[in-house]
Amino acid sequence: METFLTILLDGLQFSSYLFIVSAGLTIIFGVMKILNVCHGSFYAWGAYTAAFFIGKFSDMGMPDAVGFLIIVAAAIAVGVVLGFIIEQGILKYMYQRDEVLIVLATFGLFLVLEDIILIAFGTDPYFAYQPMALLDSVEMGGIIRDVYGLSLIGVATMVAVGCWFLLNKTKWGVILKAVIFDREMGISMGINVPFVYTLTFIGGAILGGLGGAYIAPTISVAPGLGTEVIVLSFAVVVVGGMGSIAGAAIGSLIIGILRALAVHELPQVELFVVFAVMAIVLVFRPEGLFAPAKPRKI
Amino acid sequence: MTRAAPIIEIRDLLKTFGAVVAAKDINIDISRGEIVGIIGANGAGKTCFVNMVTGYLSPTSGSITFEGVELVGKGPREVTHAGISRSFQVSQVFHSMTVAENLRIALAIAENRGVNALRIMESDALEAKCNDVLKRYKLEDYRDMTVSVLSQGIRKLLDIAMAVVSEPRILLLDEPTSGISVEEKFDFMDVVMGALKEDNVTVLFVEHDMEIVERYVSRVLAFYQGEIIADMSPDKALADDKVQEFVIGKRH
Amino acid sequence: MLRDTTSKVVLFGGIAIILLGAMMPNWIVNQLMFGFSRALAILGLLVLWRTGLVSFGHAFYFGLGAYTVAIVDIQLGVTDVFIRLLGGAMIAGFAGFVIGFIMRNYRDIFFAMLNTAISMVLYGIIVKTESLGSTDGFAISLPTIFGIAPETKYPLFVIITMIAMISALAVNFYLKTTVGRLTTPIRDNEIRVEYLGFSVAHAIHLKYTISAVLAGGAGALMAMSLGQVDPDSMINWTVSGELVFITILSGPGNVIAPFIGSLVFEVLRTYAFELAPQAWQLIVGATFLTIIFFLPGGIWSLIAKLGRKNS
Repeated sequence: METFLTILLDGLQFSSYLFIVSAGLTIIFGVMKILNVCHGSFYAWGAYTAAFFIGKFSDMGMPDAVGFLIIVAAAIAVGVVLGFIIEQGILKYMYQRDEVLIVLATFGLFLVLEDIILIAFGTDPYFAYQPMALLDSVEMGGIIRDVYGLSLIGVATMVAVGCWFLLNKTKWGVILKAVIFDREMGISMGINVPFVYTLTFIGGAILGGLGGAYIAPTISVAPGLGTEVIVLSFAVVVVGGMGSIAGAAIGSLIIGILRALAVHELPQVELFVVFAVMAIVLVFRPEGLFAPAKPRKI
Repeated sequence: MTRAAPIIEIRDLLKTFGAVVAAKDINIDISRGEIVGIIGANGAGKTCFVNMVTGYLSPTSGSITFEGVELVGKGPREVTHAGISRSFQVSQVFHSMTVAENLRIALAIAENRGVNALRIMESDALEAKCNDVLKRYKLEDYRDMTVSVLSQGIRKLLDIAMAVVSEPRILLLDEPTSGISVEEKFDFMDVVMGALKEDNVTVLFVEHDMEIVERYVSRVLAFYQGEIIADMSPDKALADDKVQEFVIGKRH
Repeated sequence: MLRDTTSKVVLFGGIAIILLGAMMPNWIVNQLMFGFSRALAILGLLVLWRTGLVSFGHAFYFGLGAYTVAIVDIQLGVTDVFIRLLGGAMIAGFAGFVIGFIMRNYRDIFFAMLNTAISMVLYGIIVKTESLGSTDGFAISLPTIFGIAPETKYPLFVIITMIAMISALAVNFYLKTTVGRLTTPIRDNEIRVEYLGFSVAHAIHLKYTISAVLAGGAGALMAMSLGQVDPDSMINWTVSGELVFITILSGPGNVIAPFIGSLVFEVLRTYAFELAPQAWQLIVGATFLTIIFFLPGGIWSLIAKLGRKNS
């Protein structure tokens, strides 16, 4: 029972963090049809920025609770600055080109951003445990969990509800859906598509940054952070269906729980299982389990 | 005049998409050398018929026998191998290649089946054939121009020329004159039909333009709601009441 | 068959490099070995890239080739350079042939991602399996040539250069055949290719298998040149990305391009590690973007331009 609960909570926590990052990836793909490899960098930048400032502010004697503000501020700052620069500076000029070529360009960006991290923050790991220490831990069903980890599930739920609300209950949602469904139709309806693209990319980048910033207090923030997370998020969006928020949620749950199960019960297959599921889904249902509807073009 | 055995026999062809009937009770025999015009309003089932004969769609039931070989169940590639080619309503050519490059690929594929595809493609013989086709289809002037810069008419000529290089016995043309200006349509058809006559190909073509039908075909098949409502010579067909009403749209 | 300019350049250039190699210092010979080994994989990716297919997972075949060498060495004590190479290329080729049945139905990013997924499965297995060397990998014993253990690296260098020449000539020939010419046609219009009477799936399957054999051979030669294998520098997705990078850097124009591109990559890496060890990925990434934006034909397009000016 205790093992079961541990696996479940580990799985949910892992799913939550995957979902926050993947939601950003899938929104960008859904609206812009860009598979954004440098999404991994948004995550890494979010983590580094948060860890760096949490450490700095703590040294200055600020209360630990400020850490939470920093996490949110770091995510927004990373998303707005990097998202804006990349979309306006590079991607804007690539929309006419082959989608595979755009993937390669974002891979190039990923490499550049990885090294700028090294140059900016050095190779030594950062520890930003303060927000985590602040929240303490609780006993649930015989096991002790830290509250900070559990709060991740809450943040992911908030992100999911927020995305759902934005897409289904606001004027913005209508515009986004129109562009997702058919870009040309969106233009003919008078939607300022370039502007929608910029905002979407920034929004997606903020989610990537938030994933990194929120996870930062629980890990040692060290080089190479983005490399693993990007392939895992790829697996999530492929399993769920690229471009679908609900798909990203289901994909995260499947991959998060499978991975937690593997870590506890069969550590040899930990990495294997995630990508095996991804490959199987691609083979049998290439559009993913929850692909959004596509317009007929013929 | 004795009638030779038909080159293609179509029996009880039926195609449904859910509740929609796209083709029904289609029974046709076509003899070698016939030029058949397929007419009908939009959505009458003409393109669906062409797609079934050329293996792009498989019929719900029925049979298509070509030179004694059953075609139902065969895909586009196998139908091409059997000896039936087609052109398209919107030309399907390699748009980032030149006209000559398009033809060379078409010729090479037609000649090098199976393991032979691993032979060097370019040769003097291929070049000579390519020049011959360019000449017959009046494409010499466009030889080294990239397809994407050419007019729809030239693209359609190329599309047809590429369909013919495999020396098919039956050629299906899907609206050959659509997208071609009124002034050019007869010149265009003269080039195409002239070239095809040399090869003695049986031709079926879908056409909206009754002037073209009148001038070039020896037999008309009129489609209405997936069924053939008239199968007769063009002069009779164009005077036929049902054809007048359901195809041409005139009320009397 | 060998009458065209490219074949002549490969033949005479290769022979010249072999002869010059005897006089060159060790470090240059090493660079050439690494460069030529990796170039084989790039040659395979070039075959796919011309048809518009980009695999973000060919480290799978590269890694299979490399690990085959390690395993036949450790388990069976096979040291012969040719058996190792053949083993690596054949295992990878067989895997490519089998996986090709699935892969031939995929295009664009789905093709790229399915390859990534498969390569990451192998990565995941090797990283977690002690008997496969886990994250540390294996050291590989020096290869022998017909039973003789060479004292210098030069004989291995000669063999690698010759394999590179043969592969370049073979691919150059393949690209001139009918199926080899089905590159832009498949990218432009698959329906037309089918209606001309050629199976697009068969064509892609062949291209994919060729690329797998070449990547496997590349991995095998690289393993022998380096004397070791490990998952992070041979199978991780970043390695696949690196292979794609060199392919774009080289350009699809000619079979010689991958060799030039790979050498440029080796030199770039050596100097980058000396001058700015923390900026290696930055240099690669920036070069990548520059090529995509300003030089879509890769380095080869520069060489082709020079060639046209001089003639």
